Amino acid sequence: MEKEPVISIKNLWAGYEADTILEDISFEMFQDDYVGLIGPNGGGKTTLIRVILGLIKPDRGTITVMGQDPVRGRRHIGYVSQFQVEDKHFPVSVWDVVAMGRLQPNLQKNFGVRTHDKQAIEIALEQTGMLDYRKRTMNELSGGQRQRVYISRALAAEPKILLLDEPTSSVDSQSSNQLYDLLAELNDHIAILLISHDLTAISTYVKTIGCVNRHLVYQGSKELTNEMIEVGYGCPVDLIAHGVPHRVIAGHQHEGHHD
Amino acid sequence: MIEQLATIFSYEFMRNALIASLWVSLATGIIGSLVVLNRIVSLSGGIAHAAYGGVGIAYYLGQDPMIGALLFSTVSALIMGVAKRKSRSGADTLIGVMWTIGMAIGIIFISLTPGYKANLMSYLFGSILAVSGTDLRLMALIAFLVLGFVIFTYRSLLAISYDEIFSTVRNVPVNLVYLTMLVLIGLTVVVAMRMVGLIMVIALLSIPPAIALNHFKDVRGIMLSSVLISFLLCFLGLVISFQTNIQAGPVIILLASATFLISSLVRRLHLSKNS
Repeated sequence: MEKEPVISIKNLWAGYEADTILEDISFEMFQDDYVGLIGPNGGGKTTLIRVILGLIKPDRGTITVMGQDPVRGRRHIGYVSQFQVEDKHFPVSVWDVVAMGRLQPNLQKNFGVRTHDKQAIEIALEQTGMLDYRKRTMNELSGGQRQRVYISRALAAEPKILLLDEPTSSVDSQSSNQLYDLLAELNDHIAILLISHDLTAISTYVKTIGCVNRHLVYQGSKELTNEMIEVGYGCPVDLIAHGVPHRVIAGHQHEGHHD
Repeated sequence: MIEQLATIFSYEFMRNALIASLWVSLATGIIGSLVVLNRIVSLSGGIAHAAYGGVGIAYYLGQDPMIGALLFSTVSALIMGVAKRKSRSGADTLIGVMWTIGMAIGIIFISLTPGYKANLMSYLFGSILAVSGTDLRLMALIAFLVLGFVIFTYRSLLAISYDEIFSTVRNVPVNLVYLTMLVLIGLTVVVAMRMVGLIMVIALLSIPPAIALNHFKDVRGIMLSSVLISFLLCFLGLVISFQTNIQAGPVIILLASATFLISSLVRRLHLSKNS
């Protein structure tokens, strides 16, 4: 029996009005996957996230999430957004933020937090080690702790896929390592799609890697091929040459550039 | 002191003003908290001024200006809300345009209407001492609509205010909740206008929650304390206004501003002492 992909994109074009940002993207992701997509700013990472979340419709091509249109299928996605600076001043507790992961399309069902919702929230907080902080307000937390809360919020929805947008952007390097350890653990039962410009961190932890810059190069392998670097022109090439473990780069053509 | 208060509120118009303060504070305390947290203060100002167009047209047609104001504020709230949902930045211009169009329409129709127009000043500057029984019933109705809406949709509302995209991904009916909130802002603005006038509505909506935000870290607490702060300020404003014979609206707003200033200073001191 063939495995069903959790996310399937076929020949997809997308953008805003006349401005095409993604061209002819095809991509499949399965239940055990841990995919890291890198790409330069302005290369379409955000657009790709918005398409997967059903926030914008593709101009051409198809996309399904758990075999459904993204607007329906997105309930299976635990979305971990970037923490915005303006969120800082919003008075809200850790518990209330994670409880947002339990929200449903039906307003009546969102009236109160039911027992099984409470359990899911507690488990999600425990998984990220933030249960002791449940009564704190968000602005009392460090960047790494806030990121954990956002992961808990995503987990509270009991998702099949975890989608993370630049998870380490406001996090120091130690918390960022802890974060990746946590994600590796979660990957036991959740597919993870991580989108970032931070190649160093991604390449160490993910199972497979791809590059998005208007086009998407993804071969389901961990190697960063020449093609990826070429197509993803603007990918942080200097970073590839200096900061990354050797095994990430296929072949030895680039050896001369290594330190 | 108590005797004095008893004397002041032995007048029916003062008792009505106090009851009006209660209903309006209930509505503005809750709705104002949402306005501040969602950063739509200027949108609310736009609704208030657009409503003046309704006042003018209703007056010209010989209808109750309150009805005109309610209609105009509801429609403009919906238009601005839809624009805001479509594009965050583009809505700003539209708000400015509707703000001034509403005022222009109001002024034109009022000047087209023959006769004595002192009554219309009350929509600009408020006339809490002249509220009628109908006004009070309308205020109570809107206050309970606001209260019911917030209690019923609280979790969804909190999520949408905090993180709209996440709420959309959870398929919460964001548009429905957001537009309902804007319509309630429109209705609240009209009854608050009756009290302090459309020019000062924004102050009544935004200052009590701003004070509350200095001291509370929970949206429920902010709403509740905004209601109490707002009512207390109105009460004090009424008493001072009665004693000094100065119009109540501006007294209330100045009191509110002074309280906000002191509250911010207290918070500053508190923070610097702790650090």
